[in-house]
Amino acid sequence: MAETNHHIGALYVLYRVFMRDIRVAWRRRSDITSVFFFFIIAASLFPLGLGADPKLLHAIAPSVLWVCALLSCMLSLPRMFAADYTDGTLEQLIMSNQPTLLIVLMKTLAHWVLSGLPLVLVAPLIGLQFDLSVNELKVLALSLLIGTPTLSLIGSIGAALTLGVRGGGVLIALLILPLYIPTLVFGAGAVNAVSTGMSASGGLTLLGAMLALSLVFAPLAASISLKIAVE
Amino acid sequence: MGLLAVNNLQCIRGERTLFERLTFNVSSGQLLYVQGDNGSGKTTLLRTLCGLSQAHEGNISWNNQNIQTLAEDYAGQVLYIGHLAGIKEDLTAVENLQFSASLAGNNISRAQALGALAQVNIARCADLPTRVLSQGQKRRVALARLWLQNNPLWILDEPFTALDAAAITTLTQHIESYVTSGGIVVLTSHQEPTFDSKLMQRLQLN
Repeated sequence: MAETNHHIGALYVLYRVFMRDIRVAWRRRSDITSVFFFFIIAASLFPLGLGADPKLLHAIAPSVLWVCALLSCMLSLPRMFAADYTDGTLEQLIMSNQPTLLIVLMKTLAHWVLSGLPLVLVAPLIGLQFDLSVNELKVLALSLLIGTPTLSLIGSIGAALTLGVRGGGVLIALLILPLYIPTLVFGAGAVNAVSTGMSASGGLTLLGAMLALSLVFAPLAASISLKIAVE
Repeated sequence: MGLLAVNNLQCIRGERTLFERLTFNVSSGQLLYVQGDNGSGKTTLLRTLCGLSQAHEGNISWNNQNIQTLAEDYAGQVLYIGHLAGIKEDLTAVENLQFSASLAGNNISRAQALGALAQVNIARCADLPTRVLSQGQKRRVALARLWLQNNPLWILDEPFTALDAAAITTLTQHIESYVTSGGIVVLTSHQEPTFDSKLMQRLQLN
């Protein structure tokens, strides 16, 4: 028994945590697809509701797409740790031989791959409905690529803090949406800058800075809240 | 080899002191049976020993080092099976076992996982999502970890719950052979377990 077990390295343990979340999500695909289609439908409602005014659509496109990305990210947040919490696997994750901080980082990465990355890929298509130019679409996708991981990271704090709290879903929105404001401002701002003929690099750089900052602090804060939640 | 030492432990839940001035040692080849009525703090004690809950006072050390200092280096040594089965309902029994083992840094093959499931007599459910299993069967999947992982310390909260008589006998024998070969076990149980009295220490919580 024990002697034949192969020991595996830290990176492989973390890879397994990541793959487990992907696999569990794949077995319940409806959860991921519903968030994905929410984004598509919510963003498509604006052109339908506002009528065919290309100028107006073009002007509101960056903020509409970014707000929709924010909200669909929000929708999938309560699931980040809740299932693990109720079935007891969260205790196991905390009691693994790896720091909880890195486990949380892996779960956040899985959350981004499942809920953020699809938005990055589909956003340029949705952007076409708003009469965005190729250059604007590129910046939109790039800003989402840098910005959505930040949303998952900040969201992990909210998801961990509201574990086991009744009405946690609404509470996450109240806690986290204010923290999403800078990402929204700079993300939409980068696309708006291109529309007005300026460089997007300012907004994108600030998005990158926020990603770096949340990469350092969010997993730490989330892992501490998780330990409090299981106690 | 290992030594779990508890010194002057006090746990408080809300306003109530569950236990205080609790001091004991458990070392390799010993089993500690924690007894007590409902609400006497057995689960709290076990979770504190795991490092999941914080003690109000006192300290717990593993091989003379505080478990808070050791953090994940200690957590990796412990195999804890609590009230919650700790299995993912969307994954199969084999996948669950392989994942649990990898969290402790062990890589187990499908054949090893099947072998463990055969020990607890549910090998035929190996490839079903655990969602479709009964409560007792889920419990067995969780307990199959005891046949796979070589952690030096087992902390088991009510391991005999929801098991039939045959499974209880198998599990009792397995725990005994683990302790005899140098393992440490801390467990709670409502029905008196039938371990060899030479291996077993008792701890009564009131």
